[in-house]
Amino acid sequence: MHGNRFKHNVLTALLLAPATLWLVVFLVLPFIAIAVFSVGARAPEGGYQAAFTLAQYANLPARATAFWNTMVLAPVGALACLLVAYPVAYYLALKAPQRWRLILLALVVIPFWTSLLMRTYAWMYILGGRGIPALLAFVGIEDVRLINTPGAVLLGIVYGYLPLMILPIYVSLERLDRRLLEASADLGATPLSTFLGVTLKLSLPGVMTGFSLVMILLLGEYLIPTLLGGGKVFFIGNALVDLFLQSRNWPFGSAIAITLVAVSVVVLIAANRISSRVSGARRVDLI
Amino acid sequence: MRAFVTAVFAFLYLPIVLVVLFSFNAGRHASEFTGFSVQWYGTALSNPFLVEALKNSLFIATTSALLAAVFGTAAALGLARVGIRTRAVFDALLGAAIVVPGVVIGISTLVALVQLFGVLNPLLASIWPDDQPPRLSLGYGSIIAAHGLFSMALVTMIVGTRLASLDRNLVEASSDLYATPLTTFRSIVLPQIMPAVVAGFLLAFTFSFDDFIVAFFVAGAQTTLPIYVFASIRRGVTPEINAIATIVLVASVLLVVLAQWQLRQRKPSN
Repeated sequence: MHGNRFKHNVLTALLLAPATLWLVVFLVLPFIAIAVFSVGARAPEGGYQAAFTLAQYANLPARATAFWNTMVLAPVGALACLLVAYPVAYYLALKAPQRWRLILLALVVIPFWTSLLMRTYAWMYILGGRGIPALLAFVGIEDVRLINTPGAVLLGIVYGYLPLMILPIYVSLERLDRRLLEASADLGATPLSTFLGVTLKLSLPGVMTGFSLVMILLLGEYLIPTLLGGGKVFFIGNALVDLFLQSRNWPFGSAIAITLVAVSVVVLIAANRISSRVSGARRVDLI
Repeated sequence: MRAFVTAVFAFLYLPIVLVVLFSFNAGRHASEFTGFSVQWYGTALSNPFLVEALKNSLFIATTSALLAAVFGTAAALGLARVGIRTRAVFDALLGAAIVVPGVVIGISTLVALVQLFGVLNPLLASIWPDDQPPRLSLGYGSIIAAHGLFSMALVTMIVGTRLASLDRNLVEASSDLYATPLTTFRSIVLPQIMPAVVAGFLLAFTFSFDDFIVAFFVAGAQTTLPIYVFASIRRGVTPEINAIATIVLVASVLLVVLAQWQLRQRKPSN
């Protein structure tokens, strides 16, 4: 039996080896590298100089505008997404005719897997000077500016992340035990109190998963503010592109990236806490 | 409520439809649809930079998706054989690979690879027999590796889910009937997980082909299609971009539909 056990372990190790190597070299080590850089100093010509200092973190307020924009537009965007997504998920899970359900669900998934760049570009085209504003001018409403405003960025956010918000809410609503809804109605609850007391409460894990996923991805968003905000609405993502690819201040950029990851972790933990407190569910399913 | 849902679906698809529509516009602008024409497709496909970027993207997406499909499937099979603690560590790392924003993956890979090359290049030069040692630098390899991280995690999750729902009785019956583990794997396990592997490959391909932000950081001197499109958008919107966008959108939609269809397959197709 010893020989068999050994063979079993060797095979397991071989199966896991490539994935382990990949995760260590391209996830763990890079993360350690930026953590080390973030407490380093900037070399005179722009590179990295070994040091142990919190100066980069102390310098974070230099990019306060980017942080402010992101910290305001990420939660607001995620909330706007949620308000649009919930009725859609509710309809798909509980109201849509059975034969339509899978088709509608596929129609939600498809945009999620098609290029965000192309989809955001579509709005650039629509909101740009030759798009809706030109059509409005045609019917007599002149000088409407839509693109390069915070509103355009918000629209792009809702558009880009709507599918990611709908899916987890749909999953939690679909799992919901329908007998609970009937029981609630039989016990004399109004539709509104059934919705608030049963449906909404039980779908909260899905809501929190969607909200935290969208929020975390928005913290690192670059394309939407760049293309629809036109250099007027800067996000942390824009600051990172600038620091790593243009002005080359890697230690400062690393400090910003580590801060971003820290904020993401806080968002995830908070989302877990909220959903476990309200619905008793253990954890937020990320996938 | 139905009206609202209909409006949301219109909101999701109208922009895409408009881009496709205007890629066939003879005129230059959205405000003037002057007639049907495929001239912008001709302009796009006769642009050598664009064709080069397209070829790069196809190569990178195919390679990273293939690697991800093989290694991700192996990892999913391996994870079905380990204890709860090892599994939890892997699940956390794989979850991180999927959830961490692309911008962070991009910069951390950039920093790590530049440091690594800084150590390896002088080392290579010192042991190389002649005066022209190979120089490691950012390019195809780094994009493939960085895309492979997300894709591999994705394939592991998809195949892992499928493995969990695998009928254990069949596996036991097979070994009770004296089939070798390899035979059991080939005739029972593999056919059942194949749709998940194929779906994982297709989604990984789509992700890599569409990704802009990760490649933007680690591409070095290389150009992928999204990087090229981004650069041309910043230079100014041209109708040529509508044509490329249409090609990319149609390709992605086909791949995703194919992946969904594969995942819904109950039985392996012969």
